[in-house]
Amino acid sequence: MPSLLEVNNLEVLYNNIILVLKGLSLKVKKGTIVALLGSNGAGKSTTLKAISGFLPLEDGEITDGNIEYQGEALTGLAPHHIVKKGLFQVMEGRRVFEDLTVEENLICGAYTQKSRAQIQRDLDKCFEYFPILKQRYKRLAGYLSGGEQQMLVISRAMLAKPTLMMLDEPSMGLAPMLVEEIFEIIQKINENEGTAILLVEQNAQMALGISSYGYIMENGRIVLDGSVDLLLNDRDVQEFYLGMGDNSENVSYRNVKHYKRRKRWLS
Amino acid sequence: MDIFLQLIVSGFLVGGIYALIALGFVLIYKATNIINFATGEFMMIGAYIFYSLSVYLKLSPFIGIPLVIVAAALLGALVERLILRHMLGQPNISIIMVTIGLSSILLGIAEIIWGSSFRSFPALFPRKAIIIGEIVLRSNLFYGFVTAMVVVVVFLLVFKYAKVGVAMRATANDQIAAFSMGINVKSMFTISWAFGAIAASLGGIIIGNIGGVQPTLGHIGLKIFPIVILGGLDSIMGAVIGGLLVGILENLAGGYLDPYFHGGVKDLAPFVVLIIILLIKPYGLFGTKEIERL
Ligand SMILES: Nc1ncnc2c1ncn2[C@@H]1O[C@H](COP(=O)(O)OP(=O)(O)OP(=O)(O)O)[C@@H](O)[C@H]1O
Ligand SMILES: [Mg+2]
Repeated sequence: MPSLLEVNNLEVLYNNIILVLKGLSLKVKKGTIVALLGSNGAGKSTTLKAISGFLPLEDGEITDGNIEYQGEALTGLAPHHIVKKGLFQVMEGRRVFEDLTVEENLICGAYTQKSRAQIQRDLDKCFEYFPILKQRYKRLAGYLSGGEQQMLVISRAMLAKPTLMMLDEPSMGLAPMLVEEIFEIIQKINENEGTAILLVEQNAQMALGISSYGYIMENGRIVLDGSVDLLLNDRDVQEFYLGMGDNSENVSYRNVKHYKRRKRWLS
Repeated sequence: MDIFLQLIVSGFLVGGIYALIALGFVLIYKATNIINFATGEFMMIGAYIFYSLSVYLKLSPFIGIPLVIVAAALLGALVERLILRHMLGQPNISIIMVTIGLSSILLGIAEIIWGSSFRSFPALFPRKAIIIGEIVLRSNLFYGFVTAMVVVVVFLLVFKYAKVGVAMRATANDQIAAFSMGINVKSMFTISWAFGAIAASLGGIIIGNIGGVQPTLGHIGLKIFPIVILGGLDSIMGAVIGGLLVGILENLAGGYLDPYFHGGVKDLAPFVVLIIILLIKPYGLFGTKEIERL
């Protein structure tokens, strides 16, 4: 299967001095869910911003490497052109338009869509996924709860009918029950609409639970990638990302290995 | 009592016209956070273009006004594209200086083209005064008010319901999120300058129709300033209510106090009220603070 998105050896510099991505590569295949995991400051959001064309807005710059979407180079395109190509980012931190109503937020999500009838059908679909939004339709988005805001930003993305949806930490600050619900819906969107999803998360457990492939990044680079089965059975991943200590007998030996492995993650 | 009512009602009508010009400020500020100190000059240029179209080319207002709208939109859009686009990210004070410079340039251009003498407009509206009970209203003022309100309502509807209006409000609310929706944020800036210039120039035609036009017509822009601050800079409703309030106040102050002070109170009153209101409500009557979430 050909890749939908291909990022090759990406290098990103902020303010001309801060090197944040140091040769990052990843691929997303059509219709799949891919997880991008890593701890705080690893450069996950920067990766998404580079793909969406947001870097110039933050004085960031791609200094090396390239990004291809459906075989076309994205580097240098303005954000609104990238959205028109079917690539939609749901930014970190639930960026609803607080002064706009739920309805108006959704209208913005469908900004690139032309057919009113189609928008209405998509809207009905959103309400099936998130019935609460229908009840809150005329309310200011700034007054929604955190969970409702997360549902709103995902619905906004659905209305843009992207071929690839990039979600930046959708679980951030939500109660575990709600996180589970949101992830189920992300999976449903992928299955029902065929939307490919690039899922940035700190919650590795949840993210790997719905993905087919995963990348783990540290310090601006991918340090490990593989199918989800492979990652879930990897001892490093279990220990550092899934919070499972291993139960090996040889404690002292393990400590040495632990140190080496730890070093690998942080180097 | 009759004088009081007369002053209130005519002040109200003047205020409605101020509101339209105030909208010229607000439309630009809301999207770009730029206070356009050349709003008054946009107004003046609009009035002169209309004057030329109707006096020199003898065009009917039904052709002249649409042409002024097109010209104003072009002027606003060009100013944004050629000047302010390149000021993105510069300190506020530089941007303010640029708009002040722009106002002087437009004033100079108007003097070169039209000279500095006073010109009066051909009649736009029926001349017959409007009489309601004891109150007598000058027809130019009355119809000017009605026209201004129609334009304000059209802008309100566009902002509330049209896709471009929603996108402009989204841009004003969170630029980066607006980018992520596929909204071309920079073109929203251009459109808001075009809209601001249209509002100001239509206000210019209405004012020119009441009192004639000369290059210094734009100085009314200074009077509009307290209105927008009063209304909260980024609120269309605020501009309307601020405009009406200042119109009434100014008229009352002029009617009752000027006779005792050799005039001048009329122009002072709006600023006094501005200071008092800002002391109580620093964001203006309708300005948005961050929405506080619990
Ligand atoms: N606009 C910016 N200017 C300068 N440095 C930045 C900028 N944005 C991010 N950085 C730096 O780049 C690094 C990576 O940031 P990024 O936001 O991509 O991390 P992240 O993996 O998304 O982290 P988190 O999980 O905390 O969201 C951090 O060290 C951060 O300080
Ligand atoms: Mg992040």
